Amino acid sequence: MSEKEITRNEKILDVKNLSVRFETEDGIVRAVNGIDLDLGYHRTLGLVGETGAGKTTTALALLRLVQSPPGVVECDKLEIGGRDIRELSIEHMEQIRGKDISMIFQDPMTALNPVFTVGDQIAESLELHEHLNHEQALERAGDMLEMVGIPRARGKEYPHQFSGGMKQRVVIAIALACNPKLLIADEPTTALDVTIQAQVLELMNDLKTKYDTSMIMITHDLGIVAEVCDEVAVMYAGRIIEKGTLEDVFRETMHPYTEGLFNSLPNIKNRTARLKPIMGLMPDPTNLPPGCAFAPRCNYATEECSKEVPELKAVSQTHKCACCAYEREGFCIERRAKK
Amino acid sequence: MSDTILDVRHLKKYFKTGKGMLHAVDDVSFTIERGKTLGLVGESGCGKSTTGRSVLRLIEPTSGEVFFEGKDIVKLSGGEMRKMRKDMQIIFQDPFSSLDPKKTVSQAISEPIRINKILKNKRDIEDRVMELMDTVGLAERLVNTYPHELDGGRRQRIGIARALAMEPKLIICDEPVSALDVSIQAQILNLMDDLQDKLDLTYIFITHDLAVVNHFADEIAVMYLGGIVEKAPSEELFTNPIHPYTRALLSAIPVPDLDHKRERISLKGEITSPVNLPNECRFANRCYECQDKICRAGIPPLVEVSPNHFVACYLHNEK
Amino acid sequence: MANEKELRAHQKYKKRSSLGMVWHQLKKNKGAIIGLILISLVIILALCAPLIYDYKQDIVKNHVRERMLYPSAEHPFGTDDLGRDILARVIWGARYSLAVGVVAVLFALVVGVTLGAIAGYVGGVFEDIVMRVCDIFSSIPSVLLAIAVVSAMGKSTVNLMIAVGLASSAPFTRVARAAVLVVRDEEYIEAAKAIGMRDWQIILEHILPNCVSQIIVQATLRVGSAIISAAQLSFLGLGVPAPAPEWGAMLSSGRQFIRDYSYMTLFPGLAIMLCVLSLNLLGDGLRDALDPKLKR
Repeated sequence: MSEKEITRNEKILDVKNLSVRFETEDGIVRAVNGIDLDLGYHRTLGLVGETGAGKTTTALALLRLVQSPPGVVECDKLEIGGRDIRELSIEHMEQIRGKDISMIFQDPMTALNPVFTVGDQIAESLELHEHLNHEQALERAGDMLEMVGIPRARGKEYPHQFSGGMKQRVVIAIALACNPKLLIADEPTTALDVTIQAQVLELMNDLKTKYDTSMIMITHDLGIVAEVCDEVAVMYAGRIIEKGTLEDVFRETMHPYTEGLFNSLPNIKNRTARLKPIMGLMPDPTNLPPGCAFAPRCNYATEECSKEVPELKAVSQTHKCACCAYEREGFCIERRAKK
Repeated sequence: MSDTILDVRHLKKYFKTGKGMLHAVDDVSFTIERGKTLGLVGESGCGKSTTGRSVLRLIEPTSGEVFFEGKDIVKLSGGEMRKMRKDMQIIFQDPFSSLDPKKTVSQAISEPIRINKILKNKRDIEDRVMELMDTVGLAERLVNTYPHELDGGRRQRIGIARALAMEPKLIICDEPVSALDVSIQAQILNLMDDLQDKLDLTYIFITHDLAVVNHFADEIAVMYLGGIVEKAPSEELFTNPIHPYTRALLSAIPVPDLDHKRERISLKGEITSPVNLPNECRFANRCYECQDKICRAGIPPLVEVSPNHFVACYLHNEK
Repeated sequence: MANEKELRAHQKYKKRSSLGMVWHQLKKNKGAIIGLILISLVIILALCAPLIYDYKQDIVKNHVRERMLYPSAEHPFGTDDLGRDILARVIWGARYSLAVGVVAVLFALVVGVTLGAIAGYVGGVFEDIVMRVCDIFSSIPSVLLAIAVVSAMGKSTVNLMIAVGLASSAPFTRVARAAVLVVRDEEYIEAAKAIGMRDWQIILEHILPNCVSQIIVQATLRVGSAIISAAQLSFLGLGVPAPAPEWGAMLSSGRQFIRDYSYMTLFPGLAIMLCVLSLNLLGDGLRDALDPKLKR
């Protein structure tokens, strides 16, 4: 209890001004453009956005896994559990990955090595980080399997003997094996069926509380965010354009893009309502429009919007939004006007 | 006045595998009226795509009848079937693999016109391509681009234009928006909606996304392991789901609404493979209401429990 | 009115040529460019050979007084045991080697691709038969097979081409079938069926264009090995008949003098090596340039 008190105000993750660009032959791809992220202990942050918004690149940058070249990562601050990891050596980083911070990838089919048994694969990271011998590690691996709802005996089987949902459970078991402080889940359920997705999300929710893990959930599905996250950051073209608690973003939506995302979803309560899609397409990351990157697709955009990049400004203590339309007197997006 | 465009009766498709007979589609029957949309919903491996393809005879059905405008197309010869294809088209799930990477946009769209000799004059074909591109909202400057230069939404528009090129009456949409981002997904759904009104199209909409099918379909059939377990008008199915599987499925959709409170029904296990199925309710092994004596006695038939609402469950077949 | 507008659209937005894109990728590969330059040189020399040398005078005719001369300014590659200029014979010999290589590969390509494509697309019994025959052909050493063909049909340049071509048909069948199998399961093939295309239309319009790059790569690499096979046969005396300056035959006739007059075997040998090496470099470069997975 007392330990929790102390850590409550501290942050597991503190990132300032993170940028990632890829210098390719066809031009410079600006994948992430100066984002700030922070996350308290025991919290879950939903990182929401569409394909190409820079969600996965952000996650890889946090783990220092961006390939370089062509990737170039710049940031003013990158602290995990209060420790600056920007200058750590490769060996040191490998110790941190898996132990302090670990990641679940989107596709469980390719995340496991087909020639090792599932138990060995879980044990591997335990041997590496917890310095257990092979027998102890296998024993713990068995515990982990039971934790994710797979019988211990199946640890002797190979990945191809598991179904998609089971494989994703194994991946989760590997990620949680060394009890990481921060878990990054990159679209962990996108490849799964709805009923299996429900099982996996439920499992992740349980384990999160049990292990006291903080989590970043990367997803494009606002429904999943509503179910597992405490905080939400919406990304567009490599920038965070709205950020706040779940309540802030869902009830007090501020940014026109976030509104557009909600309007694009079929409403389960009013089935015949016509969808209101966002017009146009994602901007080309090698050639971002000047000013607000969303301006060309935004219904509320004025000339002002294309002049400079809007800052992420606080609207309330927890809620931030990057939109210059709010500088106009009495501006309000439709979603809130209705309420 | 009902105007049935498609009547599928006892459609079956079995595949021979090393382990035994795989019952991909097992005795599926349904009808669709002209201008309506039927949603086929289910999880991967439930046979929804195979059903769609069997109806078009892209996969030859093992047995059963498919009446299109009163004609049983299963009995047609290869040549007759090719002529029939003009009326029945398909839009594929993956806009990245359903277009030939070596063909430009105009070549892809003109292909069905050329192959079926709908128009012969080169100029007329080019005219028609531009008209179709305009219909589906593709900018004219894209006419000579290759698919790999385009994003998913635009590729899917090409797929739709190809399907429309022959002025079909029925279009089978196999997960047409699953591979797309939400904002693009909404654009495509609206486009398909408009086209239906304008061209009096009938859709079979195959998807795993219940929110989308609820929005889009007039009637929904839920499939599980090759069979339809429940079929009802969309409104009815969502407000009054009866089959245990439908209820579990509906409760599993993550809803982006903080006020949406519901009880989640958690299903045990996963969909089993449809090989050598025993003669019992296909859902029995995962069902939370299963009563062995009743449910394992045979495959429950689809029974009409209220007008237009059909359920295949021994425990819920009265009313 | 509408017509004008549409014509403008078609003309205004020209397609990007795929050849241009391949060239763009190929340019980056130094080895491939070296290979391309060398093989172009060989081809140009082969084409120009009749302009530089007279076949009867310089290639065939014996000059008894000039026998076995070491390389000098007058005869840069020296002369052979019959007093013929080796440089002239090597250059002229490129005509034989290239012709045999290219024609044999074209023969193999037509036979192999046709069989392989149909086998891959149709499947079933036909596929089984074709592939088993392929297995049999590949289990016989290709030189042995070619020897058998030449001995059965007699010694001539044309028969040499057929022999070498037949021996390299099996790999083409394999490659074509493998490529077709991959493409056949793509969704756009199903899409083509759905619009009512016939099978042969699908093979010609969708499957072959999408396999063509792999077949081109295979062909480039195969010309090299066909040249070697042809040289081997000629070396054994089963190839192009006597006075013709085939590289393998030149090697063979120089063999008996290899101790004292090694240049007689060195230069034709180098010519074979250079030719095959440049084709392999080019082939590897093409493979990288044409592989869509390596793009971006």
